[in-house]
Amino acid sequence: MSTLTTPRSGRGLRPNRFGSTLVLIIGAVYCLIPVVWVFMATTKTNQELFSTLTFIPGTGFLDNIVSLFQYADGSFALWALNSAIYAIGGATLSTLVSAAAGFAFAVYDFRGKKLAFGILLGGVLIPGVVLALPQYFLFANLGLTNTHIGVLLGVIVSPFGIYLARIYAEAAVPKETIEATRIDGASEFRTFTSVAVPMMFPGLVTVFLLQFIAIWNNFLLPFLMLSRDDTFPITIGLYTMLNRGTQEGLLWTQAIAGSAVSIVAILLVMSSLQRFWRLDLLSGGVKG
Amino acid sequence: MTSTTSSTGTTGVAPAAAAVGPTRGLPARKRRRRTLAPYAFLAPGAVLFVLAFILPLLYALWLSLHGLRAQGGAFAKREQVFVGLENYVATFQDAELLASLQRLGVYALIVIPVTLGLALVAALLLDLPGQRLVRTSRTALLLPYAVPGVVAAMLWGFMYLPGTSPANFLAGLMGLPEVNLLSGETIYVALANIAVWGSLGFNMIIMYTALRAVPEEVYDAARVDGCGELQIALRIKIPLMLPALVLSGLFSIIGTIQVYSEPMILRSITSNISSTFFPLMSVYRAGFHSDDIQGASATSVVIALGVLAASGLLLGLIQKQRSRLS
Repeated sequence: MSTLTTPRSGRGLRPNRFGSTLVLIIGAVYCLIPVVWVFMATTKTNQELFSTLTFIPGTGFLDNIVSLFQYADGSFALWALNSAIYAIGGATLSTLVSAAAGFAFAVYDFRGKKLAFGILLGGVLIPGVVLALPQYFLFANLGLTNTHIGVLLGVIVSPFGIYLARIYAEAAVPKETIEATRIDGASEFRTFTSVAVPMMFPGLVTVFLLQFIAIWNNFLLPFLMLSRDDTFPITIGLYTMLNRGTQEGLLWTQAIAGSAVSIVAILLVMSSLQRFWRLDLLSGGVKG
Repeated sequence: MTSTTSSTGTTGVAPAAAAVGPTRGLPARKRRRRTLAPYAFLAPGAVLFVLAFILPLLYALWLSLHGLRAQGGAFAKREQVFVGLENYVATFQDAELLASLQRLGVYALIVIPVTLGLALVAALLLDLPGQRLVRTSRTALLLPYAVPGVVAAMLWGFMYLPGTSPANFLAGLMGLPEVNLLSGETIYVALANIAVWGSLGFNMIIMYTALRAVPEEVYDAARVDGCGELQIALRIKIPLMLPALVLSGLFSIIGTIQVYSEPMILRSITSNISSTFFPLMSVYRAGFHSDDIQGASATSVVIALGVLAASGLLLGLIQKQRSRLS
């Protein structure tokens, strides 16, 4: 009982508040350490990597970056380009598809709506990894392995993206506005492109970003679909580098530098879109 | 259709249609367009969904009921024939697969409660009134979400590896014995830590944003009554966050069953992870190295059904809970 009567502004709360901030700081440090480690390790020569404390910078930064981009005739730059193609192309298409479908679910009443949405929700629950193997068998039959399309096809449609787009369209596009544009004589398609999409924009940026990160970080589907070096995204490229690294040891510094570069790339994308994206959309989705 | 919007809508349409003039056909045409429009908007998504989800699943189902059998003599070409549930029987009798499921169970029992628990604590702490460093710690906690699983496994792999581990370096300086999470049973801790690190921030954001959506006034009455922040968290905030917790739980279950790239990366620096360590690893081994795509399909179907059952069960429980509350 005595704790309950402690006044909120009283002295009794101070240490408690300090303790809670401390826990947060510990959590933040836990999340940052490996990232700090990889940036520090990027500055080290192969010898320094194994002989000095990891959080002290080394002397090999430029050499590591140069040899990373020289590895196998500039394969790394090609992988980065592939990752960018998969992630930007896939996320853009995925956002468009999600926006249109989400708009349809939010604005119209039509036959089969409940069934279609139910099937879609089932799709959210099926792990992508379980699908990857059947997708591979099917796409291999269609001759789509080792092509960009083979990888993109599997990632464009995102049930969760459509779900979020629907929730967001319901929240951000008032029915009155839709009616008003119809009265003005706009076609349904115009209503979608010039009225609904701008209103849904922050939600769509969020869908784009979630898909971008998912595709950029995707491992299994490209791992199965692709066997040619020149079609690899960064994740597969780094995996092959690391696996070669165990035999030669020397490639570890390049693989570490490659990890650092890939983290920097995604951080740039995230922070450049930071003004627009709204993760609170996720909790909006929860309430639906 | 809600009554208010549709009524204003129709009263709005009538004068507009009248203004256009003698157009008895127009509303009908418009109406038809309006009934076709949703299908047009859905079409791209539906086609791709069929191509990327339904067809592969049906194909996997079909494959799982077939097998390669030599017809006739010993040197006859092997043909794909219908074998019924044979592959499924084999799946459930596969000792290696069952062992890998067991390992997945151990791993999941560490990962899911720890991730959800830590994310919950982080979200509640961030939501405390007057909390400091909110933006900084939120950004830091979310950072691992942006790091690819492959890269995360590499980073932690190097941090575990005795040769490059900072913890080991310090232990060496202090004359303590070598720390190696990659050997023995602690491999589970090593693997679980990567998953917790990678998914903590995402789950924290789901929970935190759910908390932020609750108006501050909800807590005022409790505070006036002298309720402490811990009591408020336990009795008001957590029950209100239930839907967010369910969503996090679902994503965690699905994510945990998918674990694949992390153990594959760690495999290149430790021999403590076998090629069939987790179920999906044995599925892919069967599909690619043993060329048993039928067996692999049967196992994938079983895993997919298992996920659906687990998430369905969770959703059902929540539904029950909710209807009991209301």
